[in-house]
Amino acid sequence: MALLEVKDIHTYYGNIHALKGVSLEVDSGEIIALIGANGAGKTTTLRTISGLMEPRAGSVSYDGEDISNTRADLLVSKGISLAPEGRGVFAKLTVEENLDMGAYSRRDGAIKDDLKNAYSLFPRLEERKKQFAGTLSGGEQQMLAIARALMSKPRLLLLDEPSMGLAPVLVDGVFETVQRIASEGVTILLVEQNAHMALQIADRGYVLQSGEVAISDTAANLQQNETVQKTYLGID
Amino acid sequence: MNLLRSQTSKSILVLGALSGAFILFTGAVGMIAAFHEREVVDRFISLGQLLLLIAPFVTGYYAAGKLRALGEDAPVLLGGGMAIGLMTAIPSVILLLFNSDEFRFLLDLTLRLIPFVAASIVAWRMYRAGNETQAVIGIWLLVAVLVGIVSFSFALIFEIKGDLRSVLVNINRDWVEVVTFDNRKDLARGIGTFALISVAAGFAGSILFLMPAVPRRALIYGLGVTVLIGAFGETARLILQENVDRDTLREIFRRDTLRQNAALALFIISTVAGCLWAMFGRQARESFSNINVSQRRSLNIIGLAVFVVFMLALPWLIGRTLSDVAVTIGIFVLMGLGLNIAIGLAGLLDLGYLTNYAVGAYILAVLTSIGPLGLFKGTFSFWMVIPLALLAAMFAGFLFAVPVLRMRGDYLAIATLGFGEIIGKLAISDWLKPIIGGAQGVQAIPKPIFLGAELKNPEQLYYIVLVASLVCLFVSIRLNNSRTGRQWMAIREDEDVATAMGIDTARAKLLAFTLSAATGGVAGAIFAAKVGTVFPNSFTVFVSINVLSLIIVGGIASNPGIVVGAIVLIGMPELLREFSDFRFLLYGALLILMMIKRPQGLIPSKIVTHEVRTGVKPKLVGAE
Repeated sequence: MALLEVKDIHTYYGNIHALKGVSLEVDSGEIIALIGANGAGKTTTLRTISGLMEPRAGSVSYDGEDISNTRADLLVSKGISLAPEGRGVFAKLTVEENLDMGAYSRRDGAIKDDLKNAYSLFPRLEERKKQFAGTLSGGEQQMLAIARALMSKPRLLLLDEPSMGLAPVLVDGVFETVQRIASEGVTILLVEQNAHMALQIADRGYVLQSGEVAISDTAANLQQNETVQKTYLGID
Repeated sequence: MNLLRSQTSKSILVLGALSGAFILFTGAVGMIAAFHEREVVDRFISLGQLLLLIAPFVTGYYAAGKLRALGEDAPVLLGGGMAIGLMTAIPSVILLLFNSDEFRFLLDLTLRLIPFVAASIVAWRMYRAGNETQAVIGIWLLVAVLVGIVSFSFALIFEIKGDLRSVLVNINRDWVEVVTFDNRKDLARGIGTFALISVAAGFAGSILFLMPAVPRRALIYGLGVTVLIGAFGETARLILQENVDRDTLREIFRRDTLRQNAALALFIISTVAGCLWAMFGRQARESFSNINVSQRRSLNIIGLAVFVVFMLALPWLIGRTLSDVAVTIGIFVLMGLGLNIAIGLAGLLDLGYLTNYAVGAYILAVLTSIGPLGLFKGTFSFWMVIPLALLAAMFAGFLFAVPVLRMRGDYLAIATLGFGEIIGKLAISDWLKPIIGGAQGVQAIPKPIFLGAELKNPEQLYYIVLVASLVCLFVSIRLNNSRTGRQWMAIREDEDVATAMGIDTARAKLLAFTLSAATGGVAGAIFAAKVGTVFPNSFTVFVSINVLSLIIVGGIASNPGIVVGAIVLIGMPELLREFSDFRFLLYGALLILMMIKRPQGLIPSKIVTHEVRTGVKPKLVGAE
């Protein structure tokens, strides 16, 4: 059974029909890439799954449980964690306080160890742990957003545009980290405009087009798919 | 022409004109004449005269700094100071001439000439129109026509009224008396004295700038202390009254005015002290920061002990009048600390804080009053009702929060403002009149009784406020570093991301509003007990605005800042009472100056300092 099952969800911004029946499945241990152009509904899909928005129709089930109408804050303790778009770090809290906030939903004693893990994954963050998050560079803020999302010990990590606004050198590093996180057993649903990189590390992928799933296939097949090549990979 | 256009002369001209406009303005609104009644040093200088001196002096000092930055050397700096002094005097001198019988015709002449001058400027512009567009000339034409109309109508008005005084009512004999330095009869001599003194003050300002650091700082310190104590003579005397016997007091003050000898002594002492501080201050601070940890800890404990003793002894040191001010300050500290939970920590811009204040005050009033509106006629004591007032305010805060939970930023501010206004209207309404007395309010609220003694003086009530503020301060500091506080800060930063961290934002905001209301209730109850009556006109939107401003002036999300903010914003208007009607003018000017020079607040929290230093726009209110 799939860890996450999204069935025909319709989500609206007021009267604007943003998702027109998106369905997708994520199995435990997979990396799934969600690609598509601006405005295709990638971020909306993630926001709906993470509970920040409610679908008007359709269902989201996680681990066999219907979570379509569950509040976002309750989903965190169930193991779904979102690293939001545009990094969304708390600029006026320090790096370490940001990480502490990531573990907000937990009440066990192992937070100190996880902090150590986060720092070993991102040594740069340890160097800057007393700094305000707002003073970090773009790449460091992205690291912080991912590290913070991991602090809640998620089973399912939702990554929204982790490469956005980063220098090409840093993009490689981010995707390597995503792969490392996946190898530790975290399931990852990755939203990306950088389809090329996303499909390289993903197992399977979905292509969204104006609020609907246009194509879904394994990552390898998608990379060969003519439409995908033309539209998203820039290969003629 | 080139000389006039240089950066140096431009700075001098602009600053001189500003300083002159300041003197002209303060004169025209009557401030100079009113301040003249208040002597700073007995039979030596009045506050009005001081104002005339301070403008060129400060501007001269400032201009010297500016000229030095432009790379000018000492003679230019001194000349600039004198020029500024002269320019400071010019507008007022012109007004003096216009006002005198002999030169009245000048005013007429000027008003008639102005349109011609404006027209000739336009002609000049047109003549040189080679590189100017028609639009620019059009604007000049328009300006010329407007100037013509204005000056024509002024000329008309003066012709009808025949007198400058009928238009500018404060340009009267008193003003002339001050500006001419008591030479009203002999105008030429008066103008000469005024100009000379003004030039001297500008010159002194630039000399002060040129001095080496140590004497300069010492002099600034000495002058500052003397002038401040002189200007706030009444306050100073009230404090001394408590600690000095009458004969000594009479040596120092003649009524509320510093005597000449005392002022001189004060100036010398504070200059010497300033000199010592300028020479050894840095050394002292360095040696303090070099001492080891255990020594510093014991020093900190000594400091704390001194502080506690000082706070406990304060009412006996400052006397009744100022104790009363201290109680008011304490009430606002309480409210500031409370509102800071909503605004500073959780970023919820709550403009309806007076609700909690009103609820606390009315609960105490109705439950303890021995008047006709009292429900229990003295069965309940102050101490029993305080917790009730606290709970009632919290409940009010909770109710208040439920409908506005989904709002953010500016919308929240407007909604809370509306709620606050409703509370104000309810308090005065006929509907609630049988319970809380409508416009007549609730009277005959007994004073708190502690161990059989009635706490009826401000000196005694002070301790209630002190204890309440300290408790509140402690809770506030603890909250700052707690999981709850952290959760509020996350919401302030980004509500969506906070939700994604697993924070129940609705609950957190409810909690913020509820806790923030608690201290408002206590403050209201203490206020009611202090005054003894509760009137609805104590609960206007200005309470909310005052509390908000003291948080911003002190430093948002900074606990010590709030205390200092309350002292400045609440204490200052009380002390400025000496400046009669002009205190709000001064108060407003002070606020504007503060916000320009120190937008992060007097004692900013480290977060806000960082924002201001890095130029990141402060996002104080959780706006989207």
